[in-house]
Amino acid sequence: MKRILQGNEAIARGAWEAGVTVGCAYPGTPSSEILARLSEYGEVYTEWSPNEKVAMEVAHGASVAGGRALVCMKHVGLNVAADPFMTISYVGVRGGMVVAVADDPGQHSSQNEQDSRQWARFGKVPLVEPADSRECRDYTKIAFEISERFDTPVLLRSETRVSHCDSPVELGERRESGMERKLDKKEVSKLVMVPMHARIRRHAVEERMKNLASYAERDFPFNEMEINDPSVGFIASGVSFLYTKDVFPQYSFLKLGMAWPLPARMIREFFDQVRKVVIVEELDPFLETEIRAMGFRVWHGKDLVPSIGELTPTAIDRSLSKAVTGKETVSVPARFDTEELPKRPPNLCAGCSHRPLFYALRKLKLFVFGDIGCYGLGAAPPLSAMHFSTCMGAGVGGSYGAGKVLGEEGLGKICAVLGDSTFLHSGIGPLMDAVYNGGYSTTIIMDNGITAMTGQQEHPATGFTIRGEPAPMVDFEQLARSVGVKHVRTVDPYNIKETVEVIREEVARNEASVIITKNSPCMLLRRARPQERFRHSHYRIQEDVCRGCKICLNVSCPAISWVAEEGETRDGDRRKGRASINADQCVGCAVCVQVCEFESIVPLAE
Amino acid sequence: MSQNGETKNIFLSGVGGQGTILAGNILGQVLLEAGYDVKKAEVHGMAQRGGDVTTHFRYGKKVYSPLIKEGDVDFLVSFELLEGLRYINWVKPGGKVIINNHRILPPAVNLGKMAYPAGMEEIFKKHFGENFWIVDGRGIAKALGNIQVANVVLIGALSRFFPSLEPEPWIDVIKSILPPRLHEINVKAFYEGRRAIKIE
Ligand SMILES: Cc1ncc(C[n+]2csc(CCOP(=O)(O)OP(=O)(O)O)c2C)c(N)n1
Ligand code: SF4
Ligand code: SF4
Repeated sequence: MKRILQGNEAIARGAWEAGVTVGCAYPGTPSSEILARLSEYGEVYTEWSPNEKVAMEVAHGASVAGGRALVCMKHVGLNVAADPFMTISYVGVRGGMVVAVADDPGQHSSQNEQDSRQWARFGKVPLVEPADSRECRDYTKIAFEISERFDTPVLLRSETRVSHCDSPVELGERRESGMERKLDKKEVSKLVMVPMHARIRRHAVEERMKNLASYAERDFPFNEMEINDPSVGFIASGVSFLYTKDVFPQYSFLKLGMAWPLPARMIREFFDQVRKVVIVEELDPFLETEIRAMGFRVWHGKDLVPSIGELTPTAIDRSLSKAVTGKETVSVPARFDTEELPKRPPNLCAGCSHRPLFYALRKLKLFVFGDIGCYGLGAAPPLSAMHFSTCMGAGVGGSYGAGKVLGEEGLGKICAVLGDSTFLHSGIGPLMDAVYNGGYSTTIIMDNGITAMTGQQEHPATGFTIRGEPAPMVDFEQLARSVGVKHVRTVDPYNIKETVEVIREEVARNEASVIITKNSPCMLLRRARPQERFRHSHYRIQEDVCRGCKICLNVSCPAISWVAEEGETRDGDRRKGRASINADQCVGCAVCVQVCEFESIVPLAE
Repeated sequence: MSQNGETKNIFLSGVGGQGTILAGNILGQVLLEAGYDVKKAEVHGMAQRGGDVTTHFRYGKKVYSPLIKEGDVDFLVSFELLEGLRYINWVKPGGKVIINNHRILPPAVNLGKMAYPAGMEEIFKKHFGENFWIVDGRGIAKALGNIQVANVVLIGALSRFFPSLEPEPWIDVIKSILPPRLHEINVKAFYEGRRAIKIE
């Protein structure tokens, strides 16, 4: 049966068909749906792990015990999991182990744009790169076989335009792996990576890469050569191949389904058969560097093809058409200057508990060390309440480090904010540091009860597993106290005045402190009935009271807009315009009500 | 629309929450069942937070790239006026445009910093003439009692341009994707959308 599957869904399907027994992940766009879909297959144990390093280690343990294991993450997740990954390469596997990593060229929802193919060379493991959903399924299946046959973890590299594209897949059946489930103490020289053993494994790893290279050459079915017009030949992998094939269908192609190790003889044959070779790849010149190092004369590559941002058929056409066909691209003349149009960046949802908290931080004029999550949107104007953000968990250490430089001067001026999921992912270490090494820092955990940014995934403090089964819950207050934080407080962010006071007191303290938000579930977390907390379901602005001071616009609620229309209040104040609330969007959080200085915002009669 | 297997490009644009994803899914299933290869690309990231969303949809005998080349769009279907204008240069000469008559103010307009563009209908008329249709998807959906079905109104409108496909396969797919309690209203929305298009 043919079904349209999203790339991520197809990876999950491929893993299931390959008999995977364990799947672990920490969510991250564009990878999150892989595990979400895999969790729907009853035969597979799946979990949201607290972070990618843990996920990698759980998957490896499963593999060593003989189960096939899949671990998934976004590109930056592999940085977090790099430590186990680099040595798992030495240890090898028993049950097949596939590491699915999804890149985000163009940074649709990421803090950087790294090219995960580099990990294959760096970690000395093979990497397969599917281009569409059918290949996602096929490559995932074969990746498990490669893993077991060559005793290696296998990287499966996806990216936004593979993970989040839909195309038809012919579904197959599940086949259980025949691997015996057991642990073997006789294997310690392979499983215990002390220097004495690891030095020996180091040689095995090199030997393995040689064997893999000849497999890529001879047996791997998805390195494909297609000789058409031989005047130009393209070497490409993944979705870059699809774009190029679309723009230059008449020429010859070498499509590499396995981007590492490279099939040197096949590449030689391709160079023999075509006159000029162009390498088309997204992000880094990974293939190009290697192929040039093999001594081949590459006609064009990154001299013309952009290495920043997402590659698209448009970008390929514009950068290569002249060289390849001799003709410039003819583009449709612009009908309208669309660059000038108002942009539509995302915003915090109406009613989101992050909004009043950021408003409180803004009032206190703090330098806010932020982090990654929905609350990253608090950096955008008009809230403009976040001033630092690098990677998950970095804000806590950052604010503490800054305090070490600023000393007493910095007291009362800085704090760190991060979400519940981010805190569990990587916020506990820096919190311990602040206590242990004695400095001041205030860490605000914005607990909305879910991993919201990536689409509502459970985590160890939500009380539910990936399948929605009840689970024990981490208690943030107890956790903070147990690492030695003496000042742990909770606030209801919707009470702005009280929140401001609590934060003011804690940031002034020359000690580590933690503030946890309560009564603050994500507006999209249905089971928490987020709207029922609010006293009224909608508010309105009394037209004849609003003085047009614009202060409520600073809360940045999507329901509030400015109406440029001169007028007068009921007590005769002239104004240039007034604010208005769209009742369709307002959820009644009453944040704007607390901000308005003229009491012009009142409940909408129900 | 597609003849001799050549790949056709449909571009859907709108604002997060307007149901472009469901619309793309219906389109995909109908065309797959009609025997085409299909590819669909969308960026999910922040769609739920009111940002702009687009879907690249391609079908034909064999489709390679999931993304459409700028200037190659055969059909632009926008769920919101400004989001239609944003992609006006993506449409190929002779391409067709359907726009939902609905304004959603972006933040800069809400804050009074920028104006929502005026005269959009005229701009589209000027460039596309008879190949431009404005559909009151939201109004129709509201009259049916659920503004959420505006996306299916637009799918209904688009379906008029597949003369070889009867309404039935579309209806079957809509029913197979949506829960039964939503069948009746969505089927009505689909037919209303079909009726909203007058083709000379
Ligand atoms: C290492 C790494 N893994 C995953 C991600 C993707 N990601 C960004 S923020 C986030 C979690 C956000 O959840 P939370 O901290 O609870 O904040 P919320 O979005 O709920 O406000 C995730 C998973 C990332 N950026 N980096
Ligand atoms: S999804 Fe949840 S956390 Fe994210 S902006 Fe909306 S309410 Fe806030
Ligand atoms: S009460 Fe005010 S801030 Fe809250 S959702 Fe309504 S308009 Fe927005």
